[in-house]
Amino acid sequence: MIATEKKVFTRSPVLTPNITHYCPGCGHGIVHRLVAEAIEHYGIRERTVCVAPVGCSVLAYKYIDIDMSEAAHGRAPAVATGIKRARPDLFVMTYQGDGDLAAIGTAEIVHAANRGENISAIFVNNAVYGMTGGQMAPTTILGQKTTTTPTGRAANEGPPIKVCEMLGTMDAPSYIARVTVDKPAAVRKAKQAIITAFGRQLDNKGFSLVEVLSPCPTYWRLPPVKAVKRIEEWMVHTFPLGVYKDKEAENA
Amino acid sequence: MTKVLMSGNDAVVEGAIRAGLDCYFGYPITPQNEIIAGMAARLPPLGRVFLQSESELAAISMVHGAAAAGKRAMTTSSSPGVSLMQEGISYLAGSRLPAVIVNIQRGGPGLGNIAPAQGDYFQATRGGGNGDYRTIVLAPDSAQEMLDFTFEAFDLADQYRSPVLVLSDGRLGQMMEPVELRDPPARKRVEKPWALTGAKGRDAFFICSLRLPVPELAEHNRVLQKVYREIERREPRAEAYRTDDALLVFTAYGASARLCREAVDLLRDEGLKAGLLRPITLWPFPHKKLLASLKKAKTLVVTELSYGQMLDDVRLAVAERVPIEFLGYAGGEAPSIKELVALGRKLLKKSRRKNASKGKRR
Repeated sequence: MIATEKKVFTRSPVLTPNITHYCPGCGHGIVHRLVAEAIEHYGIRERTVCVAPVGCSVLAYKYIDIDMSEAAHGRAPAVATGIKRARPDLFVMTYQGDGDLAAIGTAEIVHAANRGENISAIFVNNAVYGMTGGQMAPTTILGQKTTTTPTGRAANEGPPIKVCEMLGTMDAPSYIARVTVDKPAAVRKAKQAIITAFGRQLDNKGFSLVEVLSPCPTYWRLPPVKAVKRIEEWMVHTFPLGVYKDKEAENA
Repeated sequence: MTKVLMSGNDAVVEGAIRAGLDCYFGYPITPQNEIIAGMAARLPPLGRVFLQSESELAAISMVHGAAAAGKRAMTTSSSPGVSLMQEGISYLAGSRLPAVIVNIQRGGPGLGNIAPAQGDYFQATRGGGNGDYRTIVLAPDSAQEMLDFTFEAFDLADQYRSPVLVLSDGRLGQMMEPVELRDPPARKRVEKPWALTGAKGRDAFFICSLRLPVPELAEHNRVLQKVYREIERREPRAEAYRTDDALLVFTAYGASARLCREAVDLLRDEGLKAGLLRPITLWPFPHKKLLASLKKAKTLVVTELSYGQMLDDVRLAVAERVPIEFLGYAGGEAPSIKELVALGRKLLKKSRRKNASKGKRR
């Protein structure tokens, strides 16, 4: 007897049919899917506006079928603030990389978080500048080789910035969490975190951010499978996974 | 209609609110702080958005977001702050988003001082940020025009889907004058079918300046240039004051023009034929209007609170048609009326002598 077919997976209709330009083994594709699924989960596609960053995911608008605005490098939280203040009924999110959010856009993310701006930020941390060709990012790990730290990131270049820890000290944000996408269980947890973050905005609870540790095989100079393994072996020691701020839990 | 005594900065607030400003974002800087304080006091009770940003970079990006959402958005600043906004202004231009930016100019370069100056003319009229774009630049010369031009700026921004600058200075911003609190002309609001509203019942929109394929960016630039040519055809504005028979024409904008206007009156009192051509739009520069004011002119005097920025546009318009005298100031200095009258008197007498000697030779 063959059991009745049960559909266990389907491509989110919030994704376009386009094939992404991302390198093999890159995490952006998974994170795009999780964002699309979270939007689908709440049925908010028709009132969502996403602010795209400058970086590898500058072309995210080709893959996620929602209204999008560009922002100058680092300014996505400010553009998102403008949209949200103008139209509080819209669901407004940013999708940013580590160079965008934690270097050139540090002021914008810190102040959006500190205002408790009712937006959601998806922060993809792969510890390197991808689009410009593998330079040191603010999140590059000490000793990590990049084109601008050819002998490895040195102490006088600063240890990596820990965004969740930093924003977690603030009073205003509603939800700050760090997740990864290195194995199926982790992907499921990441999706849950994104759903929680989006829910906070929909409940008018204020600022939420999910940091996703994501592999960059190309600029880690590793084959995709090894790159994924490196997240657990090497990245989570610097960037421990977990919830760094949960105002609802604090209030409960 | 009764007039109210108010500063130019307060008139900007009044003009913006009457124009239907939805969202204001700004960062404190002297000498424009009355505007941000005025917005903070006035907008929230009207149910409109006021937000003090963490920087001018953020302020202009917030304007970008609100404009992308289809709202009337503005920011105001002064010279060093407007320099920081150039990034965002370029993105607004490239994304074809309407917005209003008011610059209450102060002394530069760098931190300079907080005295009135006109040193940002090049920055304002040549685009200012990266890439090949222009923005309409309106130059008020009174508190009344600070009000009138602010609402004019919103209509122009919407009409051409472009950022529009109001280029003023600390003198006009701080000075109090009687202002008629009039409403904008009743024009039909431009529809914004391109606004980001969530992709309901339509394809998703992406508002951007990004166009990676060469043919796409080339075409985008052609479209922008077409808009700029249309603006150049339709929008040059200037005030011609007593220029019909003028042998000596002053040309100046904003606060400088006020000084020249007074000098013209005093010279006329002496029976000397002086006039003033005041550009109101600095871009597009009113080339034709300037030339038309020079029908009888023997000399043109260009005065600005900078060292020869508008002078470039005047030279492009006038070429060698009449001799040009230039008076430049910076750092908060400005010519005295006495100085302008003395110069006018000297130049008019010189041209009279020249004509007389020409006559003898013949």
